[in-house]
Amino acid sequence: MKVGLFIPCYVEQFYPKAAIATLELLEKAGVEVAYPLKQTCCGQPMANSGYEVFGQGASDLFRENFAEFDYVVCPSGSCTLHAKEHILSNKEGEPKLYELCEFMTDVLQVKELKSRFPYKVGLHASCHGLRGLGLARPSELMVPDFNKPLHLLEMVEDIDLVHLARKDECCGFGGTFAVFEEAISVQMGKDRIQDHQEQGVAVITGADMSCLMHLEGLLRRDKSPIKVMHIAEILNGQEPDK
Amino acid sequence: MKAAPTHAAAAAEFLKDSERSHWHDETLWHVRSKRDVSAQKIPEWEQLRTLASQIKDHVLSNLDNLLLQFEKKAQANGIEVLWAKDAQEHNEHVLRILEENQVKQLVKSKSILTEECGLNHFLEDKGYDVVDTDLGERIIQFNKQVPSHIVMPAIHLKKKEIGDIFHEHLGTDAGADDPKYLTEAARQHLRQKFIQAHAAITGVNFGIAETGGFVVCTNEGNADMGTHLADIHIACMGIEKLIPRAADLGVYLRLLARSATGQSITNYTSHFHRPRKGKKMYLILVDNGRTKQLGREDFRNSLKCIRCGACMNTCPIYRRSSGFSYNSTVPGPIGSILSPGMDLNKHSTLPFASTLCGSCSDVCPVKINIHEQLYKWRQVITKEGPPQVSKRWAMRFGGQVMSKPRLFELMGKMARKSLSISPRGFVYNSFNAWGKHRELPEVPKETFKDWYRKNRNHDK
Amino acid sequence: MTSKESILAAIQANKPDLLPLPEQPEFPYDNNLTEQFRQSLALNGGEAREAKSFNDVTDYLETHFRNSQMIVSLSEKVSGNFDVNMADDPRELEHVELAILEGEWGVAENAAIWLPEEKLHHRALPFIAQHLIVLLKKDRLLGNMHEVYTRINVEGPGYGVFIAGPSKTADIEQSLVIGAHGPRSMTVFLMD
Repeated sequence: MKVGLFIPCYVEQFYPKAAIATLELLEKAGVEVAYPLKQTCCGQPMANSGYEVFGQGASDLFRENFAEFDYVVCPSGSCTLHAKEHILSNKEGEPKLYELCEFMTDVLQVKELKSRFPYKVGLHASCHGLRGLGLARPSELMVPDFNKPLHLLEMVEDIDLVHLARKDECCGFGGTFAVFEEAISVQMGKDRIQDHQEQGVAVITGADMSCLMHLEGLLRRDKSPIKVMHIAEILNGQEPDK
Repeated sequence: MKAAPTHAAAAAEFLKDSERSHWHDETLWHVRSKRDVSAQKIPEWEQLRTLASQIKDHVLSNLDNLLLQFEKKAQANGIEVLWAKDAQEHNEHVLRILEENQVKQLVKSKSILTEECGLNHFLEDKGYDVVDTDLGERIIQFNKQVPSHIVMPAIHLKKKEIGDIFHEHLGTDAGADDPKYLTEAARQHLRQKFIQAHAAITGVNFGIAETGGFVVCTNEGNADMGTHLADIHIACMGIEKLIPRAADLGVYLRLLARSATGQSITNYTSHFHRPRKGKKMYLILVDNGRTKQLGREDFRNSLKCIRCGACMNTCPIYRRSSGFSYNSTVPGPIGSILSPGMDLNKHSTLPFASTLCGSCSDVCPVKINIHEQLYKWRQVITKEGPPQVSKRWAMRFGGQVMSKPRLFELMGKMARKSLSISPRGFVYNSFNAWGKHRELPEVPKETFKDWYRKNRNHDK
Repeated sequence: MTSKESILAAIQANKPDLLPLPEQPEFPYDNNLTEQFRQSLALNGGEAREAKSFNDVTDYLETHFRNSQMIVSLSEKVSGNFDVNMADDPRELEHVELAILEGEWGVAENAAIWLPEEKLHHRALPFIAQHLIVLLKKDRLLGNMHEVYTRINVEGPGYGVFIAGPSKTADIEQSLVIGAHGPRSMTVFLMD
């Protein structure tokens, strides 16, 4: 099994710890992982802004970079979904694209993790992973309950997972929405944080660093003690920043 | 011509009153939660959604024949059927009916279609006193507003404000805001209107092709009070409201009220097939852009909408910005995919008023892929909508950077460098919408690529 | 070209290839019908009572509507005090205090009761009355809407309505108020 690691552009630049944790998690599971150095971005920012056409170059590059792999794994539900819908068409001979959590639960079928995280944690369900990839049962759908990221977090020793009042409400990031609809975006983020705050969390985690970046921006401006961490960091047993 | 305000600007304005925005959000979230509880009780909920969607697929692919079948049966039952290609023709039909029958007073029950056609204004200009009889609609009619929600038209108003409106128009006690008291006042006031009315206008929830009848759903009973007392019944129906068989109502009625408010069914579900003896019943079939939308493959499914409003109740943007921020007869997610088809320039910001979270598509009882259509409208708007020079330039530039790995690394390095050395005031300026209320991420010592080259890439 | 012709022509030009109409579904309903009906009606703001005989109904009327001036009953077994045939125009029903009707079918899942035109005399009657009582035989209870639509002829009477509770509104701050325009109460007697 040859696995190519796709790290979203902003994670590569600003959140290397999430990327390192992803790589280490996969390596610990015995997977042979390579990270093609010529990768940039999936083109989602352009496409979601209505300029799919300007994301074409990034898409072509993506296809080229990962052509040789059986699987492509990415620690972001949103980027994975975009690439799945617009770059790779799931044809025979093309690599199969997975978000990190679903790769661990569905392909690797991880049963245990050797990590400990003795903190109160709130799981933010990022929308594209949740509804687009089906990482968990969205609260709207009347189907049997499941939750892949939660399932993985529950394997972590001493973790204290809280229940949120609105378990899968959007945080308001939404890519360029965060800038073009700034007022609503900020209010949605604040409301999300408040839900976590009311449960007394120390850390907000999730499978999409972009949502967490948005929430972190609000938390840090507020000088809140709450930290954000990518789910890979917790699954990999890293400590929160002091 | 003054440009329509963008959704973002209108939303920011609404959010200035954060207490009201929070209240609006909580109120609608409560409705969404009731919907969840109600849907949960139906084991075959998801199957019903699929069926409802498939039945509408058939309807849209066979609409001409079904309309003809519908018309023939309706006419045979004594209903006069009229066709209107646009809002103007619809309004003129109504006016002609009123004139021919010498109608002086008329009552109206809720119809989003007549809102879309601007019927009230049209008739008022001709000297008619149109009385909206749905309580929420009567409130906003007094307040000279349009509905902010298609199911709960006055959801943006607080009871205190409604108390003030009623005090002014109905003479209720100053400061009285008990909903029971206010509702009773409206009841007494509207009873007189019902008794006096010569004509009643209603919308249509479903038209039944095989029987030529139509169904109207209310909780208040106002559509029935109006139509059964007046001599003339005028029903206004969008051509997409057809269903093939009466039995299909079994599917839709189980979904509609549950999706809308969490009720198992509206308290009144009325099936009209013939006028009362000696009375008249008219049915106006309206296109007003629907056939155009039918021809847009990517957006055709929006015509499946049964106007339950669930997508509004679940939408985190609608809940916090209220219906008026959309500046569109149908607001919220469904409005954001219907309205650009009516007027692309006026509604060009609506498809961007979404994070594409997808909750709208998942609550939709007829499974309209709303968030996917929002994405697709964005692609259309950047090509055919009003030009957005700087955004376009930024996206083109971004696209170029992302397609060249070395340029990407260079740009990243420059950005990271300038962020780490620039003074705060330089970074957090008025052009930085991100930074108005949010910190930018801290710049790490090295990127993942730097780390990877050092720690893993020994062999290359 | 008439508007009708131009609309039809536009549809023909724009519609997709024919997609199949799905079969009518059958979803079996397992709950206890009487109990479920009672619960559903309560949620809609109405009240269901079980009656062994029509005496139970008249007893109820004696307690609750003894002094009512205008009671219209369309049930042969329960008498009112106003003959609906006296009213040519439905507006004359303006002051009806109570209407007593016989339902044709009841649906347990949502408490909807099918009332075709011939059971109403005036279409306006169940709306204009201040209070509504519906008598329904228990063996006319069905599970869900699919079942009831296989048994009724919606076209036949010219008008028919499912009534599932009293007239209500929540248009003021989502506060439920019973008695918007029509009946302020609805009581259903489930008859043995």
